[in-house]
Amino acid sequence: MTSATKVTTQAASAGDGKQSLTNAAPTTGIRPSVDIFESADGITLQADMPGVAKEGLNLRVDGANLLVEGTIGIVPDQKMSALYADVRSTLYRRSFVLGNELEAGNIGADLKDGVLTVRIPKRPEHRPRKIEVRSS
Amino acid sequence: MFSSVYSENPLLAHFRRLEEELDEIFGGATPWTGGIRSLPPGTFPAINVGATEDNVTVYLFAPGIDAKKLEISIQQNVLTVSGARELPRDDAATYYRQERFGGEFRRVLSLPDDVDPDRVEASYRDGIVQISVRRRESAKPRQIAIR
Repeated sequence: MTSATKVTTQAASAGDGKQSLTNAAPTTGIRPSVDIFESADGITLQADMPGVAKEGLNLRVDGANLLVEGTIGIVPDQKMSALYADVRSTLYRRSFVLGNELEAGNIGADLKDGVLTVRIPKRPEHRPRKIEVRSS
Repeated sequence: MFSSVYSENPLLAHFRRLEEELDEIFGGATPWTGGIRSLPPGTFPAINVGATEDNVTVYLFAPGIDAKKLEISIQQNVLTVSGARELPRDDAATYYRQERFGGEFRRVLSLPDDVDPDRVEASYRDGIVQISVRRRESAKPRQIAIR
């Protein structure tokens, strides 16, 4: 069909060799925890991506594939050494396959306090219709 | 016939055991992974701790919380952080995945002994709570002059 629809595009700054919070190889991404739910007019996805600001977010639709990617933007002191780290990467990455009934070109997104909310509307013809029963 | 549905992929199970054994070897001795107050991996919120000569900084990966309701206290070198994360559920919706943590949490950390409990600063940005504790002057490395 059409080529990639970019919802938001930011140059991924994961591999620029900056000193980071976690001192880990940027290629091994963290799989963010998500909630996914469906209502009558669309599907909502919420992903936990603490540390990601708007500039570090990369949300992209390529065909039927939705890619959620984000880079942690909090950069600690250069002289800091890690005593302990649960989080060992600065990159979040997870992808989802969208169904044909969804309007991939009409996705809305919102990022607040490290929580990403993505709303994917259904095509109008796929929204539930009440079927009237005619009485004679 | 159904075993493939219920049993875990043996290769993955091997990897998981390898990971646990490596944690045991490299992390077992530290107060963090083997500490009496340590929590299992995956506990909310995830924590990173970093140190410089001047301070010790704790990062709590706690997205979507109300930072004003967060309780942070320190007694000597023991830091306690507790709070709650409310996840409103849409009852009319059909849920497919609910992986995000909701509810109350509490983490207790034993920081290095030389931290000064009177000099703590905390901030919240983009879902990360950052708590910085100064270290005492006396504990800093000093240059000793030879007379």
